[in-house]
Amino acid sequence: MNIKKLNNSLILGCSMLIFLCIFATLADYIAPYNPYEQNLLQRLQPPSFKHLFGTDELGRDVFSRMVYATRVSLLVGLISVGIATVIGTILGLISGYYGGWVDTLIMRIVDIILCFPTFFLILLVIAFLKPSIYNIMVVIGLTSWPSLTRYVRAEVLKIKTAEYILSAKLAGFSSGKILFVHILPNVLVPVVVTFSLGVGSAILTESGLSFLGLGVQPPEPSWGNILTAGKDYIHIAWWLSLFPGAAIFFTVVAFNLLGEGLRIHFSPKENK
Amino acid sequence: MAKFLLRKILILLITFIGISFVTFLVINISPGKPQDMLEFSSKISYEAKQKLIKLYGLDKPLHIRYLEWFKRFVTFDFGRSFKDEKPVIQKILQRLPATLLLNILSLGLIFFGGCLLGILCAMYQNKFLDKFISFIVFLGYSLPKYWLALLCMLLFGIKLRILPISGLRSINFDYLPLHQQIIDIIKHLILPVIISAFGGLAGLTRYIRGSMIEQLNFEYIKFALSKGCTKNRIVFFHAFRNVLIPVVTILGLSLPDIIGGSFIFETIFAYPGMGRLGYEAIMSRDYPLIMGISVITAILTLLGNFVADILYTYVDPRVRYK
Repeated sequence: MNIKKLNNSLILGCSMLIFLCIFATLADYIAPYNPYEQNLLQRLQPPSFKHLFGTDELGRDVFSRMVYATRVSLLVGLISVGIATVIGTILGLISGYYGGWVDTLIMRIVDIILCFPTFFLILLVIAFLKPSIYNIMVVIGLTSWPSLTRYVRAEVLKIKTAEYILSAKLAGFSSGKILFVHILPNVLVPVVVTFSLGVGSAILTESGLSFLGLGVQPPEPSWGNILTAGKDYIHIAWWLSLFPGAAIFFTVVAFNLLGEGLRIHFSPKENK
Repeated sequence: MAKFLLRKILILLITFIGISFVTFLVINISPGKPQDMLEFSSKISYEAKQKLIKLYGLDKPLHIRYLEWFKRFVTFDFGRSFKDEKPVIQKILQRLPATLLLNILSLGLIFFGGCLLGILCAMYQNKFLDKFISFIVFLGYSLPKYWLALLCMLLFGIKLRILPISGLRSINFDYLPLHQQIIDIIKHLILPVIISAFGGLAGLTRYIRGSMIEQLNFEYIKFALSKGCTKNRIVFFHAFRNVLIPVVTILGLSLPDIIGGSFIFETIFAYPGMGRLGYEAIMSRDYPLIMGISVITAILTLLGNFVADILYTYVDPRVRYK
């Protein structure tokens, strides 16, 4: 691969993600303190060389907690969007390829979900089940596939009438083989782009839930639940609000840049 | 046109029933039932508990309960809140105006801001201004809104002390003269409205920039130029008109996000709207109130989309005959 052909967004997004991955994988070595260790004598200390991002209301080191929280955010983002991508792609393929009542049914369901403020639904389900990282991943995954289904379906409709699909049909291949071997590789570009953009918004949703106290449960650290404490101590401890939010922002920007970069990279019109 | 309307209304109804049924299902099949709360109270006897269960119809099967709920819903009877026994509809109507005010203002801001920024980007395509606006808008799209809200509260409310950070009215609201009351409400609205609009700007600005650039390359623009029209007139009068058509739909589709966002938003700003009421209802498992809020939210979004669809066919007659 020629690196000069890659656009700036793609390079920047990738570098930011590599940086985050290093934090997530090497958390044990990077974090200077135990993220769960409380020290009430050191509570609400402003940032210093000893505590880079200060300490929270229980005297825990905010930087160490944030390093560990990187894992949570990346995990939730990637897995939930992974679930959404699998559902969205398969339904989009089926809907576009078979048409007829199957198509109508799937598209109506898509319309219904797109019309509904999904955050309310997620909030509801999480509050009524147990708020845990697994529930969050599943619920976000189950509610965020519809827009992908629309993209994939539109692509399939374009490809369906191409000559090579016709010849595959004439050669007697089964619909399953045509769908997954011949059509799927050609719709992967929108899938990958939507995946990357989706991770950004899934991370926003997760941190929003944690912020409301319905996401990752303390004492397990998450950027969202550190922010919640930030809200309560906003008068006296600005560092509790500033840094975790900045981390969420950084991560979401990274995934959005990556998605944007991939889109530009694969679109023939803009990639000159 | 009548057939088109009929089809739209039918889809609307099906969607509505789908949404209300899903909500009903979620709150009723998940572990933990409303009567479980009574277990903890030693004051309530077994008989009293059974009576309560019967009163609220909790002993009947799920589908019958849904049908009964639906029957009552048709007459706008949402039942009474578990928490304070007030009618749900009354509680919601109390909060609805504040939420509508906030959402309509931020939709308006998204519309005007998005159009203006999009046009500016298109006019100065690939120049500094275009890149700068695109960059800021991109950041806004990736920004966690509640974080921005916290930072703004910190800066404008606590450090500079120029804007209030919570609620919709000051404590001394009732003692202020009318014009100061209005100023007071405006001051309380500035932060919530701007912040909730900021994230929504990206999509619209982007769309307007893209299709404006497309329009400006058409022959009719060259014709207008050669006939001696000024550049501003061409942009705003000729090109912008054609760009504007799908904007209605885009705004309609952004409704769910805005309304969904208000659940976090109203909680941060302690804003007396429906979002915060919904959050409190969910947290205290107030079944009738949750159903009421989810239904009203659904009706609002669906109506918004419906109006957008109708407006769309109104401005673009081609759609009607499809």
